[in-house]
Parts: sequence; C-alpha cells; structure tokens
Amino acid sequence: MPPIRDIAVVAFAQSDHLRTTDELSEVEMLIPVLHAVLDQTGLKTSDIGFTCSGSSDYLAGRAFSFTMALDGVGAWPPISESHVEMDGAWALYEAWTKLLTGDADTALVYGYGKSSPGSVRDVLTRQLDPYYVAPLWPDSVALAALQAQALIDAGETDEAALAGVASRSRASAATNSHAQVRGSVPQGEYLVRPLRVGDCPPVGDGAAAVILAAGERARELCERPAWIRGIDHRIEAHGLGVRDLTDSPSTRLAAERAGAFERPVDTAELHAPFTSQEVVLRKALRLGEEVRVNPSGGALAANPIMAAGLIRIGEAAARVHRGESDRALAHATSGPCLQQNLVAVLEGDPR
Amino acid sequence: MPEVLKAPLVVEFPFTRSLGPVQSAFLTGLRERVVLGVKTTDGRTLVPPVEYDPVTAEDLDELVEVAPTGTVTTWAWNHEPRRGQPLDTPFAWALVRLDGADTALLHALDAPGPEAVRTGMRVRVRWAAQRTGAITDIACFEPYDGDRPQIAGHDGRFEDMVTGIVAPARLDYVYSPGRAQSAYINSLSSRRTVGERCPSCRKVYVPPRGACPTCGVVTSEQVEVGPRGTVTTYCIVNIKARNLDIEVPYVYAHIALDGADLALHGRIGGIPYDQVRMGLRVEPVWTEGGRYPDHYRPTGEPDAEYDTYKELL
Ligand SMILES: [Zn+2]
Repeated sequence: MPPIRDIAVVAFAQSDHLRTTDELSEVEMLIPVLHAVLDQTGLKTSDIGFTCSGSSDYLAGRAFSFTMALDGVGAWPPISESHVEMDGAWALYEAWTKLLTGDADTALVYGYGKSSPGSVRDVLTRQLDPYYVAPLWPDSVALAALQAQALIDAGETDEAALAGVASRSRASAATNSHAQVRGSVPQGEYLVRPLRVGDCPPVGDGAAAVILAAGERARELCERPAWIRGIDHRIEAHGLGVRDLTDSPSTRLAAERAGAFERPVDTAELHAPFTSQEVVLRKALRLGEEVRVNPSGGALAANPIMAAGLIRIGEAAARVHRGESDRALAHATSGPCLQQNLVAVLEGDPR
Repeated sequence: MPEVLKAPLVVEFPFTRSLGPVQSAFLTGLRERVVLGVKTTDGRTLVPPVEYDPVTAEDLDELVEVAPTGTVTTWAWNHEPRRGQPLDTPFAWALVRLDGADTALLHALDAPGPEAVRTGMRVRVRWAAQRTGAITDIACFEPYDGDRPQIAGHDGRFEDMVTGIVAPARLDYVYSPGRAQSAYINSLSSRRTVGERCPSCRKVYVPPRGACPTCGVVTSEQVEVGPRGTVTTYCIVNIKARNLDIEVPYVYAHIALDGADLALHGRIGGIPYDQVRMGLRVEPVWTEGGRYPDHYRPTGEPDAEYDTYKELL
C-alpha cells in the first residue's frame, strides 16, 4: 500500500550516553531529551497528537517503568499514547502508522534505557526461547560471538577486519558529543572469542526522541523535513540453529519493502551493536564503499538499549535536516544475532 | 549534592511453563537419553523440534529420533562462565547439528581450550546424572571421535510424559531512586516529608518523582508538607500478607498531607478499622529506627470538610 500522506521526521534529540546515571531516575534522564526535541519545533506537549515510547522494565528492574516515564510528557489530562516493549524504532513504526491513518498530524516518539542498574548481558538472556535456550543463560556477547565465528569460517571477515570496523566507528564518533566511546579505543582482550572488548558495544544509559509530522505540518515545523519514503520490519525464526547467521534475510526483505533498493542511498545508519553484525548488514543491504556508514559512530560508540535503534533513524534524519544527506537508510535491530530488523528510507526535498 | 542512594534489588521468579506435545516429547526424551527432532513437510528434521515450521508456519508433530552425536557448525570460546551457564569451567558455546538433523542445537561444549575446538569437529552429548525433562538434561557436549551410534528410531511416545518445566530466573540490580526520590528518602531520615512544587501549575507532589505529570516539566523546588493530613479514601484489608506482621482487618488509606496536592498511601492505626472515614485527620507514627512512618493515627481534630480535599481524591 503506498503511503496516503507524506510523513517526515522533523526533529531529533538524544541524551549524552553515559556508563551510569545513578543520580537520575528514568524520567529525570528522559525529560531534558523530550524538551530538547519539542524546543526544536516550538511544539508543546499538549500540541502533540500521538505519543509512543519504547523501553523495557527488565533493564533497570523497575516494573511498569514506562508509566512513570510518562510523567515527562504531561500525560494528564489523558493523552493518546502507546508503548512497545521494544526499541523506540518500533514505537516510531507504530506512530508512523497512526499518522498514516490521519488520526494525528504530529507524533512524539521516544525510547530510553538504563542498563547500568543491572547486568545487561544477563538481562538480555530473558528474551530468549524460555524452553530450550534461556535456561542455559547464553549472554548477548556469547550469541554475537557465535555469529562472528560463523562469518569468519565462511570467509566473510576476520578479526583484523572486525577491528577495522571498531576503530572506524569510534573515530567517526569523535565528532559526536553524545557518544559514550569516542576516538581511539584498544581492541582489548577477548570477551567471548572471537569477539574482543572493542568488537562489543559499550553498556550505558541513554534516551532519544523524535517528532514526526504529516504533510504541510512537517514543512511548517522543519526547514528540510526527512520524509519517510518507506519503512518496514521483519523477523526471523527464534531458533538460532535454524538460521544462517552469516546472512540477514529479514533485513534484506525489510529494505526491499521500504524501497531501499530503488535508488542508491548516500548514508546508512546501521544498528550493529557488534562489529560482526555490520558485516552482515552491509551485505544484506548491498551497501557499497561509497555509502557513508554510521557517521555518528553507531551502536559501537553508544548503545543505550531501547533507544539505539531510534537514534539510528534520528541520526539519519538529522543529516537530511542539515543537508548532509539527500537519501539515507536507517536500520534498527532487536533480539539475538539480528533476529528482528527494521529499515527506513529517509529523503530530503530535492535541492 | 548528597551521596547517591543505592540498594541491592533482586528480581527472582520461578517461571512455570506448560509444554505442547512437541516440546513435551523432546524434553521427556532428554530425560530418557533420547534426542528427538521433528519432521517438516519438505523432509527436513528440526532439532530442537518446534511446533510450527519456521518457514511455512505449518503444524508439525512427526517426531523422529536423531543421534546423540553431531558436528559443530559454529562456536565461541567462553573463558569466563557466568552464573547459570551449563559449566563453571571455561567452555565453548556451540551450535551442534546432530547426526540426522538439519538444524543445530545451542549448548555448551566442554573442551580443554579454544585450540581444541573448531567448526566441523565431532562431538557427542554428555548426559546429566540427574535428569528431569529439561534442556539441562544435556550437561554439555564433549569431543567425540567415534562412530555414529545406532539409534532405535524412537517415535516420541513415552510413559509419564513431562508436561511442564520450571525455569527459575534471577536478575540482580543495584537500585538507585534518582534525584527527586533520593531527596524524599533523605528527608524521611530526619522524620520530615518533603515534596516538590511544579514551577508551572504550582502543585506539590509527594512523594516527588522529579516531573509534573500535568505539565511535563521538571520539578525541583522542595516543599515540606504535613506532618498532619486528611484521609481522602481508604480500603479495609482482610487478607494477611506474607511476611507482614499486621493484624487483619486493617485500613489502608490515601492521605493528603497538609500542603500536598497528591495523596500518598499509608496504614491507619490507633482507631478501630470500622471507624475510619473520609475526612479523618491523621498524623504519622514513627517507630524507633524506622525509616518511614509505621502508620498514621487520628489527631483528634474535627474531620476535614469534603470541599477541602475533593480535588485530591
Ligand atoms: Zn505542573
């Protein structure tokens, strides 16, 4: 179905992503980001037609934490609101469909995660198949390492190439003041072989927010809106041993449905928390060397869980806003070894 | 800024899960040292078996036995095992395609070091001594150079099928309540109740959460409220909570402390449960060493007029 109205990302804001934010509750971490994104458009919370968020109670161990975070958006008197227990990128997808229906002209989308109170490697085991896999407690680094070894065995990469992805990402992040890990970072010891510390994302706390607007409203709110030309998300079998870990057919299919292959993109913001996953995604998305991949530094520079995917869309959109990109691809992932993938294509008006 | 408050927080739950026919057969099989897969309509054998074909979503229920020997399809060396993982000595995570299967099973591989592991190596199941019908009935895999064993061709029907599993989950956190709630908790230590006033609508929130839910702005101006307050609404509790040494029935109430624009909740004591009423004036009762009021008791003042607290219900 072709979009029945044009929808754009008109503003993006994110927190400084930090290893710990002990002194802040989730809503205290979130509020400055919400205000920053609203300030960019001049909108007040009461002007927003639909609000959608992504987060997970398991990260900080706080039950129903998203309801407390709602204090930050002025949720009384009641607003039109929804939440996904996913990265904020999926909340953006829901908001996009809401705007497509015509029920709202503007949407506030945010995602946040505080990983510092718990052990994120253990926490993420709780999203695995509870019968066959979760009882073994394979942590997120271990599962990514299985994928990395599969890629090395298939001749698609090697440890030196992975180190290259790591250093390029952190070097790109040097100009990103929000990033947690910037500049030159040693590859370090193996965490789970073949992945070294440098191949893995930093653990940290952070939040991000975007504002979507439809049609003329988008032009009023933003000088150069980042029009969402297509967006789609797909999922693969939960059984890791069923999948070919060296490929990401769900990413490819989502990209196809989002129209990513119709014309070349100049920029790609990929949600690849592990260096090896960038190898998989570049192949699935057919990205050549001419495409600028993760100019923000990507998830290797800051990976606030439940916000890092939304940040990819926000970073891609911000480049369009600034005129640094005309057609950008943004990708978000969730689940072990790139199980679920979302792809969005963003374009600026022709210049 | 005062020191950030922190406390350990453990979230623990024994998830009790029922099994469908396919998972039941597989896990019962493990208890009996039999590994089962499930046949897809295109003739593949999925191990571990699932109830629906991951490609076509068709129902699957034809169980077939596969060998307890197989081949590593990928692996990762885990030199620092974490709590709950199958082995507490360094091991390899491995995806193993068992002989007779078309897909791979994730488990631990016990090997002396990463040099002893490679993709394509042959392994076999090491069974747990105590087996209950769970994935952990496979203790791990171990290197194996021998022949592929004969299998009996089990069809997945056992006496005394396992129909459920209990999967304990435990996650450890260090909880910190954030700026606003830390200030609230710190003030309680000197038996003061401190809320925060919204700079926009001027409402005073107790306990403060750092934001005004009406205005969506940060609150920061601290305001001492109480200690007296008014019961705005209440309920009578008739069920004794575990580990709670309070005689039932007792009254749990919403209490609007004087100066607050949001009621907090607390137990009402010092008055028979059936005489508690809306508008009752109460004050906190602290116990020796208590870090928050143990309960609230009547002050003896006349009841508050309904109009004075109706906005706080
Ligand atoms: Zn207010």
